[in-house]
Amino acid sequence: MIDLKNLTIKKARKALDAKEFSAVDLASAYLAEIKNKNKELNAYLEVFDDVLEQAKTADEMIARGESYPLLGVPLAIKDVILIKGRRVSSASKILENYVASYDATVIDKLKKQGAVFLGRTNTDEFAMGGSTENSAFGVTRNPHDVSRVAGGSSGGSVVAVAADLALGALGSDTGGSVREPAAFCGIVGMKPTYGRVSRYGLISMGSSLDCIGSIAKNSEDAQIIYNAIYGHDVLDSTSITDKTYPKSSINKTIGVPWDLVNGEGVDLKIKENFKQSILKFEKLGFKIKDISIKNLDLALAIYYIIMPAEASTNLARFDGVRYGLHKDGKNLLEDYMLTKGKGFGKEVSRRILLGTYVLSAGYYDAYYGKAQAAREILKKEFSKVFADVDFIITPTTPFVAWKIGEKSDPLSMYLADIFTVTANIVGVPAISVPSGFLEIEGLSADEAGKKLPLGIQFMAPHGGEDLLFEVGKKFEEISSASDSALGAI
Amino acid sequence: MNIKDVENLANLARIELGEDEKEKILHDMESILGYIRQIEEVKVEDMKSEYNICNVWREDSPATADEIESREFSRKLIVDQFPDNQDGFLKVKKIL
Repeated sequence: MIDLKNLTIKKARKALDAKEFSAVDLASAYLAEIKNKNKELNAYLEVFDDVLEQAKTADEMIARGESYPLLGVPLAIKDVILIKGRRVSSASKILENYVASYDATVIDKLKKQGAVFLGRTNTDEFAMGGSTENSAFGVTRNPHDVSRVAGGSSGGSVVAVAADLALGALGSDTGGSVREPAAFCGIVGMKPTYGRVSRYGLISMGSSLDCIGSIAKNSEDAQIIYNAIYGHDVLDSTSITDKTYPKSSINKTIGVPWDLVNGEGVDLKIKENFKQSILKFEKLGFKIKDISIKNLDLALAIYYIIMPAEASTNLARFDGVRYGLHKDGKNLLEDYMLTKGKGFGKEVSRRILLGTYVLSAGYYDAYYGKAQAAREILKKEFSKVFADVDFIITPTTPFVAWKIGEKSDPLSMYLADIFTVTANIVGVPAISVPSGFLEIEGLSADEAGKKLPLGIQFMAPHGGEDLLFEVGKKFEEISSASDSALGAI
Repeated sequence: MNIKDVENLANLARIELGEDEKEKILHDMESILGYIRQIEEVKVEDMKSEYNICNVWREDSPATADEIESREFSRKLIVDQFPDNQDGFLKVKKIL
């Protein structure tokens, strides 16, 4: 039996190279776990039927003496990333039976390393949401408490890793969709600098915000996945190179936007946990600086203008003409109306209409134009702050994972993104690392003692991914040291 | 915003909505617009958008092998997914 609970990508690679177990053994162990747990958790929408063949190919590569950081490593892929010849649906009825005709760039890179794809994972429809409740194929459940959401939109990928149904995963992050679920499920989620990882073959939501991110048990594993997928790509016109941004070095200064953290709607216990985390950094010799970013509290409003505007444009292509769902009407216009009406879920329709509104004549300048200008202002404010600090830290989310169905009003759900959207608007990289657990109050006797994970978010200047992984590893070290000293947090 | 506005937007976006869906969306839109309206307070008079615009495409001349901007794809997979096809071509309703 392979101890999946304590396995990491790094350990697995060592064991595979040392022939302690084969890639087939490892993939079989994950398939068995998926069989046990996926019915309840609904992390995977589809488990691929050729997993063992993929693992066998990896074993042949190992036998030939080849070695890559992800060779034979079983990964889960969010259902918005194209793998040639496999279904990819964006968890939407409109693409339910769509089969990808080419590989996304990230998939091409992972295939070259001999990674094993276990399956495609659940998400909010078209990655629109923060709880995976908007999937057309059922909600994904939080492994720490199955009555609660896993977060989203990359909820399936995160749960796959958190519940030992995969060793690592890919997600996409437009406003926090990798980091927020990672915080809710107690693992690491990383969103790179905009353009650092090719979006070619990622189903688009907000094209100026979308990033493919890595999901793993710890910062080191997240870095291994990131290293495998980043790089300039001629197939993505917004792709950047190593030279696009200057390298920055660490002066051990951390900025905290206290105005935002102390703002309305942030759970007191989240703040308490956040303060504890800051103390840990002070002990490590970091200087903590109170920073003020004037327009930071506008980030969410900017986001909920730009994202729906871009999404409404991107999703116009799903019209039943060339692929996906097709509903037949009397004429072409009716075909469109019926196909989109039947194919899109509530949240997707809502965002398309909102996007259509902010882009329509008479409102364009007041909303979209204004939001773009405010985005530029915020970018400037961020680069000013990063001249003085190495990182900006916040809690990843203002509250813990909520009960499934609890947030029926869309705006209350949008507020979960308050700390995460800024990195997408400004384009900087950000990582969420587990920062402990919160005991849930008011539980019945049989549920007493149930705990929910929390996350802390680090943002770094453009191109500063490696700094994030380094600080993430440091934080994990001090956290595990204080855990063993104090029992648990 | 009223129900007519929602109908107009749905028509522009080509989405057929049921009567109760329209009501629900109207309610949600009002709450979301109420929130994003704070953008109106931003002062941006002296702000010009500073886009860093440059050509990221290759020159318009014959490409060398490593400049080819496409990944191997399957024609069959594409054709198989046409809702309707004839002789390997996509078949659509007449427009005029």
